[in-house]
Amino acid sequence: MDPKHNQPSPINFWKWFNPIGRQAGGWAFILNRITALGLTFYLFLHLLVLGQLAIGPEGYNGFVALMRNPIAIAGEMLVVAAGIIHGLNGVRIVLTTFGVGVTRQKQLFYSLMTAAVIAIIVFGVRMFTA
Amino acid sequence: MSEKWNITLKVSRQKEGQTPHFDEYKMEVDPDEYVLDAVERVWAFMDRTLCFRHACHHSTCGACGMRVNDVEKLTCITYIRDVTHNGATLKVEPLRNFPVVSDLAVDMGSLYSRLEQVGARSVLPAPEAEIENPPATWNAADQQYIRLADCIECGLCISACPAAATSTEYLGPAVLAGAQANGLKRNPELLQIVDAEDGVWRCHSAFECTAVCPSFVDPARRIMDLRSQVVKERFRSLFRKA
Repeated sequence: MDPKHNQPSPINFWKWFNPIGRQAGGWAFILNRITALGLTFYLFLHLLVLGQLAIGPEGYNGFVALMRNPIAIAGEMLVVAAGIIHGLNGVRIVLTTFGVGVTRQKQLFYSLMTAAVIAIIVFGVRMFTA
Repeated sequence: MSEKWNITLKVSRQKEGQTPHFDEYKMEVDPDEYVLDAVERVWAFMDRTLCFRHACHHSTCGACGMRVNDVEKLTCITYIRDVTHNGATLKVEPLRNFPVVSDLAVDMGSLYSRLEQVGARSVLPAPEAEIENPPATWNAADQQYIRLADCIECGLCISACPAAATSTEYLGPAVLAGAQANGLKRNPELLQIVDAEDGVWRCHSAFECTAVCPSFVDPARRIMDLRSQVVKERFRSLFRKA
């Protein structure tokens, strides 16, 4: 029998994203990982876009024009959503780490995620109607 | 007459040299039996090679922890009615994050040795135990009593913890809870053990340990409390003379 089978290993990180059998705290953990990866990916994308400035005004203006189409706006919407969810989930972690709401962490998570949904809707309406 | 359900028990099997696979056993059960009863029935009447751990049958020994339909459960207190329905499948797997010895039995040596490392106590003096509605002051007569610690060392918390899945060195929720019950004030040597990358700071606040704990230890709350103790001790040490 492989002695490493079923034992902790860094390659098990993909199991972090499996929501089966998880509960509120586990879903919060998964959400935080997904949004963190998304925001990190966006950071690289953002730096790439800023690199367009080096090409000159034409390159940059062309890219900005491209970003005005609805698919690009939806992509930006995802970034906003990830930022809000990750930020508010972070608030939950900071509070519980300092002993606030530890025994009410589920309610804290649901409340903050409700606030996140409302904020995302407000941002979405503003972004798509601007 | 008691109710009868027909279920398929899907059991994870793995002997030496084998890759893990599932064997299925069809059986008639009373839904008010426990999952452990169904597993024992397989061993008693269908397959004597099935290996699993069990002892007390009343949630005291912590031996029969398994994953039941993907959730960590103490199978001796988990009603079949609560985890499946008539005509359905009931999946049983070994705990995660421990080496599989055979089938559903895992080697929990790492948990036991780490509990020893932090001096986790099996019994506590009554005034130190967390009890409901403790007296404002303990009189001398009551102070002599001791109480069993809540943790039954079943390992469900380690199995459910996503942080424990990726680090072999992480002390894990049960061990950190044991350290918290001891307290850093009473045991200053614990500070070096728990204030480490694989101590309290490895916890990522998933709270899965508390969700699956069958003994209301609430390891997540205890880890957060231990973090506070660690921060206070480190802060105090700044003002201590060398």
